[in-house]
Amino acid sequence: MNGGARRGAADNGEVELPAPVGPRGSAIDVISALALALLVLLVLLLVASDVVYLRNHRLGLGEVLSALSAPDVRGAIRRSAYTSLTALALILLFAVPAGYALSRRRFPGRSIANALVDAPIVLPPVVVGVSLLAFFAGPFGRPLKTALAAAGLSMTSAAGIVLCQFILAVPYAVRAAQAAFDSVDRRLEQAALCLGCSPSQAFRRVTLPLSANGLFAGAVMAWARAIGVFGPLMVFVGTSPRVQVMPTMIWLELSVGNIETSLAIALVMLLMAGASLAVVHRLAPGRSWS
Amino acid sequence: MTAREPDTAGGGAGGERPPEAGYGAGRPPCAVIIEKLSLAVGGFRLDGVDLEIAPREYVVLMGPTGAGKSLLLKCLCGLIRPDAGRVWIGGVDVTAREPRRRRIGYVAQEGALFPHLNVERNLTFGLRVAGLRHGRAMAEIAPLIDDIGLRPLLHRRPGTLSGGERQKVALARALAARPRLLVLDEPVSALDERTRREVCALLKRVQRSLGVATLHVCHNTAEARDLGDRAGVFVAGRLAQIGPLEELLRNPATESVARLLDATA
Repeated sequence: MNGGARRGAADNGEVELPAPVGPRGSAIDVISALALALLVLLVLLLVASDVVYLRNHRLGLGEVLSALSAPDVRGAIRRSAYTSLTALALILLFAVPAGYALSRRRFPGRSIANALVDAPIVLPPVVVGVSLLAFFAGPFGRPLKTALAAAGLSMTSAAGIVLCQFILAVPYAVRAAQAAFDSVDRRLEQAALCLGCSPSQAFRRVTLPLSANGLFAGAVMAWARAIGVFGPLMVFVGTSPRVQVMPTMIWLELSVGNIETSLAIALVMLLMAGASLAVVHRLAPGRSWS
Repeated sequence: MTAREPDTAGGGAGGERPPEAGYGAGRPPCAVIIEKLSLAVGGFRLDGVDLEIAPREYVVLMGPTGAGKSLLLKCLCGLIRPDAGRVWIGGVDVTAREPRRRRIGYVAQEGALFPHLNVERNLTFGLRVAGLRHGRAMAEIAPLIDDIGLRPLLHRRPGTLSGGERQKVALARALAARPRLLVLDEPVSALDERTRREVCALLKRVQRSLGVATLHVCHNTAEARDLGDRAGVFVAGRLAQIGPLEELLRNPATESVARLLDATA
């Protein structure tokens, strides 16, 4: 991969140096190039297959739009939008302070907290759904469920969807926030404190603007994850028409053989995922202030 | 708060200078006393540091890397809470005060300028935090900007400045907030020799003109010779010796002081 290294600005803004002296095209270069190429090809093939399928079945833009305009599909898209945005608001409320604590503070149990934050990433999503069922049937969850129901928040409604989306997506935002705060030089905060800032003023005037890109990228990533949550919803919330969101709608349409509608919704989700990826990759490395 | 007058007699030439006109005109002179300051961090220990800085005095602390100089500065600024000891500024015990209530101008290594703000916004940062509008803050610090020659740089981002320019802006930013003590953490150590001399000359001129007590830490005797009224040698968390540099060179108190002065001469 390095064989044809060129002088120029790399992604991180540093100048890429020519390859070191030695044989080019070594085994590690060939293997890594091959692995990367195969991965990229796999993703491109997956995306292209959806489009090819629609074309082969003579389903054009008109048919896709018509499938998307069915009332139940529109309802699922609308529900996906407002539940994922509500989940995102809650995620930011928790992830920004939690990311800040993990980045800046040393406290007893920090390493345990640090490891547990990732748990929803490594747990199979369906296990999260089962755990939620178990929790709300247990001694802590039952009173909470009753209290939430009294407030009009049933777990088999949009509130349950938001909860599942929150749990599955919050680790991505916490990690992004932690990385964003880690990237801010602490000497800048110290300089702000000496220039008259209180700790919260230093956060607002220095830390937050400098970590804003990373926080925004984390929010986009978490939102993209939230809108795609499927497994826990099937287990915990159910599939009744009033709790259908885009991923469950895709599955339900597939299960009744309506692959065209499934693909139409899948295309919408692919477009959203692509847009999210573009935003994350544009912002994640951190904008250069120079 | 307990008021206490520092002993200015041991402060070298500092107390003899009359206040001059300019940005700092009319400000009362101020002195600093660090009293038995101790702090243990991991295996390292700041060990009962005593230091007095007279009004308008420039004290340079030298020491090898890891001697605890920067740690002392952070304790002095309130960025780290010491285990024991006191800090007095202008006769007032500020040990328990937050950094923002100490009025110490802190210049970190490589400036620590805010990269998302241009030079102008960096310079007015302290005054804006204090509640001044930008225009008023700019009017307030205009003499300082002209004195240090920063006007051509006002609209540039810190990332586009040279090392010397960055340090000048950092110095001006610290002075703009009208500090009672200026604390400089190796402000010129990353600069080439020519720029180092230029920034040192500026430091000396501005410090003399404003009459602000200054504590400067560095690695070498050249800066102590160029700038300091007194020089101190910091070894393994202790202030091993302090006095006029020539005195230190003539009569080093310990072998480690002699070795350090030899190595950094």
